[in-house]
Amino acid sequence: MSPGLSSLKQLDRRWIFLAVALLVVIPLAVGIHIAPVAPSPRTRGFYDAIEKVPSGSTVLLAGDYDPSTVAENYPMHLAAARHLMSRDVKIIGLALYPGGPPLTDQVLRLAAAEYGKKEGIDYVNLGYKAGNELVMSQMGSSIPRTFPVDRRGVPVDQIPVMHGVQNYANFPLLVSISAGYPGTKEWVQQVVSRYHLPMVAGVTAVSAPEYYPYLQTGQLRGLLGGMAGGAEYEVLVKHPALATRGMDAQSLAHVFIALMILLGNLAFLGEDRSRRR
Amino acid sequence: MKRQIPTLITLVAGLFCLIGFFVPHPAIRTLYDDIQQWVIVIVGATYVLGVANLLRINLGQMSARARDWPFKVVLLVGLIGTTAIGFSEGTHYLDPTSRFTWIYNTFYSSMSSTMFSLLAFFIASAAFRAFRIRSFEALLLAIAAFILMIGRVPIGNAIHPAIPAAADWLMEVPQNAAKRGILIGAALGVVATGIRLILGMERTYGGRGAGGTS
Repeated sequence: MSPGLSSLKQLDRRWIFLAVALLVVIPLAVGIHIAPVAPSPRTRGFYDAIEKVPSGSTVLLAGDYDPSTVAENYPMHLAAARHLMSRDVKIIGLALYPGGPPLTDQVLRLAAAEYGKKEGIDYVNLGYKAGNELVMSQMGSSIPRTFPVDRRGVPVDQIPVMHGVQNYANFPLLVSISAGYPGTKEWVQQVVSRYHLPMVAGVTAVSAPEYYPYLQTGQLRGLLGGMAGGAEYEVLVKHPALATRGMDAQSLAHVFIALMILLGNLAFLGEDRSRRR
Repeated sequence: MKRQIPTLITLVAGLFCLIGFFVPHPAIRTLYDDIQQWVIVIVGATYVLGVANLLRINLGQMSARARDWPFKVVLLVGLIGTTAIGFSEGTHYLDPTSRFTWIYNTFYSSMSSTMFSLLAFFIASAAFRAFRIRSFEALLLAIAAFILMIGRVPIGNAIHPAIPAAADWLMEVPQNAAKRGILIGAALGVVATGIRLILGMERTYGGRGAGGTS
């Protein structure tokens, strides 16, 4: 082993930080487009489930995340809202993360502006409610009782989109965008298994493995995993946006980390051999 | 009596909620819903307690000039300032141009995203410094990591379509089998703990410390 490799061990980690920063910033700034995004069957399941929702019906869109995971969850949240509104499906948004409601607001406002939808008539943000699984369970009995007012304090019986919405029986689909607890897993356990409501989910990449068993059993009809899942979905809805732009940066960062594992081990081998000599 | 009454309340409430989950009859469902509503109210009230506790502890440490006390000042200024501004804006606090929204977008959102983004830097550094292939198991882990990291992003498909296919197989077969086992094991553990609580065999919730079994 060459002495150069063993000396790699002394590499200042700030060089690694600089390399990561450049590999992320340059593709985001320039948009180099390394490779096309190919949708997976999981993403197609998500897309198909929304395509099957009849126009004019109302869907529950849970945005259970906060700004810490915005890079992964926000693009898929926005793409889902755009997809639903493009099909004239009404949306009832809510969040079980205290920091989540402003993000749901942004998503719904942005998508509504693009598709000419009106707050209260085509969508509503019910906001945040403490209680995690209890809120999910309580909504099975009565949504107006669980959320008597929307995020702005307007009584739900005065909101047109909420007319006729009593419980989960009024929804053809539940869309969960989730960063962890409470989120997709709890929606499956409390709602899908109990009320048999079809459900799709968009989750962070690190938590995605958790949901594969639910996908295999059909409890989840589709799954978007991380920014890559979001990018695949953006391709299917023909609206490349935030996630698609992030794919080059993510591709290069992943290759770089794989390279770091390789280099780190080569340096370790080099040092081991020179010690034996 | 101090032991029997909490145990009895736990037994009745636990059994009732268990029955309420499976029986949709209005006679049970109405009370079941009421109990859930009470719990939601109690959970909401704990936020007030949490803030009160936060104030009590941090004000105490500030006045005693404890270690890192300037950070406590930042915490309390943030907490009180955001709350005061939110209240001062009344029902308009959610407007896109409100000062409350500005605080959310400028401070909370940026700082939360930054904390999470730092992971990319530390993972890259840790991959170089700490991921050592010293055993056969570590080799398997490294191979799986390579396939997944490359196969999960578009560049994997561009290199060779077999890479994302292998990544999918890893996720759907070995990973899924292991995850399912863990989930079933954990669920059985939860059931066992629930039964112990309902039957009064587990009383740690009553403040008796670990191992508080009868």
